[in-house]
Amino acid sequence: MITIIFYILAAITLASGLLTVLSKNPVHSAIYMIVCFFSIAGHFLMLNAQFLSVIHIIVYTGAIMILLLFTLMLMNLNEQHEPVKKVASRIAATVSACLMVVLLLGAFLKATPTIEAYKAAEIDFQSVKVIGDVILNEYLVPFEFTSVLLIAAMIGAVLVSKRENKA
Amino acid sequence: MEISFIIEKLVLVLIIFALTMFFALYSTLAERKIAGFIQDRYGPNRAGIFGILQPICDGAKLFSKEEFIPNTPNKLLFIIGPGIAMTVSLLGSAVIPWAEKFVIAGVEYVPQVGEINIALLYVVAVMSTSIYGIVIGAWASNNKFSLLGGIRAGAQMVSYEVAMGLSLIALVMMTGTLSLREITEQQAGFGWNIFFQPLTFMIFLVCSFAECNRTPFDLAECESELVNGHHTEFSSMKMGFYMFSEYVSMFFSSALISVLFFGGYNYPGMEWVADNWGVNIANIFALLSILAKTSFFIFFYMWVRWTIPRFRYDQLMNLGWKILFPLALVNILLVGLGVLLFK
Amino acid sequence: MAIENISLSGRKTAVTNKDMSFWERIYLVQIVKGMMITIRHFFKKKITIQYPEQTRTYSPVYRGLHVLMRDEEGRERCTACGLCALACPAEAITMKAAERTKDELHLYREEKYAAVYEINMLRCIFCGLCEDACPKEAIFLTKSQKHVNVGTNRESFIYGKDKLVISVEDGKNKRYN
Repeated sequence: MITIIFYILAAITLASGLLTVLSKNPVHSAIYMIVCFFSIAGHFLMLNAQFLSVIHIIVYTGAIMILLLFTLMLMNLNEQHEPVKKVASRIAATVSACLMVVLLLGAFLKATPTIEAYKAAEIDFQSVKVIGDVILNEYLVPFEFTSVLLIAAMIGAVLVSKRENKA
Repeated sequence: MEISFIIEKLVLVLIIFALTMFFALYSTLAERKIAGFIQDRYGPNRAGIFGILQPICDGAKLFSKEEFIPNTPNKLLFIIGPGIAMTVSLLGSAVIPWAEKFVIAGVEYVPQVGEINIALLYVVAVMSTSIYGIVIGAWASNNKFSLLGGIRAGAQMVSYEVAMGLSLIALVMMTGTLSLREITEQQAGFGWNIFFQPLTFMIFLVCSFAECNRTPFDLAECESELVNGHHTEFSSMKMGFYMFSEYVSMFFSSALISVLFFGGYNYPGMEWVADNWGVNIANIFALLSILAKTSFFIFFYMWVRWTIPRFRYDQLMNLGWKILFPLALVNILLVGLGVLLFK
Repeated sequence: MAIENISLSGRKTAVTNKDMSFWERIYLVQIVKGMMITIRHFFKKKITIQYPEQTRTYSPVYRGLHVLMRDEEGRERCTACGLCALACPAEAITMKAAERTKDELHLYREEKYAAVYEINMLRCIFCGLCEDACPKEAIFLTKSQKHVNVGTNRESFIYGKDKLVISVEDGKNKRYN
């Protein structure tokens, strides 16, 4: 049964991902992307990563896609407004995407999965407690750096959006 | 995963669905009744005694109304918009613990659809997706007023989610768990969270008003400016779905407030009842207790609606970002200090 | 006293645009105050009149449907002088006079009577000027205490003598006096 669900989910993910790229209307693309995000959250759930799947929904579908959808709706883009891109930039985009795929594949193939260690120690690796432990002990420095990065981005956004005082 | 488990859960889902629908149905009546009583009137009282059949009449009316679909290239989105709104608001009550375990003929039945250890995050996830129904429906309406309403709803929900999430963090810092059942069990007897964290409760309450799109934050359907906001173009049962989803999410957030801050199904003397009259009787009282708390908060929502006028949009944003957001941060600090000192 | 200082209700307050204080800015106190007011109204006695079962009593000078009176012997008082039609600002009244014959003595009080007396209720504004103008105390608006019924066509709003004149028994019993 799990395999059947996996295949259905995978089909939805791939189809909605493809439609995101292919559909002409930007708002439709965004909606397909939302569907795609939901199905990815489903994949996380099937890997028993509840925390990850819920956070994925909160952050990506609940916040980021909403903001994206806003801008799209307000800009009132439709098929006629789509600018025709140059061939060179298209080729560049394709090449960089392919390179990205190669890079990711390489990284994943080389990576050493640590899940076996948790399974051996019989720790509930998906629970919030374990994730918190790992993040705040083992990976404390990268974690704090991420938060510094986010704060910097936030301050930057505030500065950009703030009206300049005419002196 | 055996069949009996699935059947048990399905039956439970059906019961909770029916319960939610019942509450939503009678919320529509209660809203009008309370509006009437607050304005020195009686409210609807012609259909049945005290107007008890009014929701059924309203439903019949909505079903038999003409279905109007505007000339838009996005008919599919226009149709699924209300559906999404309804589905998402129904999803939330899956993690609410309605009572302790019932024991019937030696078999334990848990009146909670999903006991997951990230229930609180799940709730936030459901709330953050609840906006899609409004935004998609509003955009597909192909109408400027609808679009403005949808965008307002979206911006409002995204802003208030921040303060709401932070207030929930303050709560979780004290409880140390995300599971709603464990949070409820920690409040056994009369040790309700409201007594420890009144500020958190205030922030959460204000934010849940905003999340449910209720007055004073119902800027999405601000009649005086936007005709009827995101459901301007909707008619018949689609309009009914939007209206209903608002009441359903009101029911859910009332239940959530009573679970998080008012002890959920706990009531004073629960153990005594369980010892003397049996577990099941105590559980039935527990169910009644959470439903009573929920009903009180539904009443509270309506009471506020007929008291406070709608905010202006800039006031709403000021309140969200300049008052509630810093307040929630300060609250986290205070709670952190409290946890360090007293635990 | 300057005109802007006069307050008829005694509750006049001047509008100020001063900045809100901290307690006003967090709204909480005011909201709680407001909610106390609404909950007080929640338990107040309701002033609704449940219409078909209860009706509001009309004022004694309420001007409703016209009646053409009869005297205590059951004779019509109207003499078709036309003063009511003349007084009517909406020109709602028409009438046709006829002379009383010998065997109609018990029907009409005066020698001349209204053979046709019609009021168009769509035109009538219920001002009561006809009542003031009548020298014979024949037409009254204040006595019926009734509304004009609704109808579906315009002709049904032209009320003739059949609907306006009170019955002989009512006249004899002085029900409308």
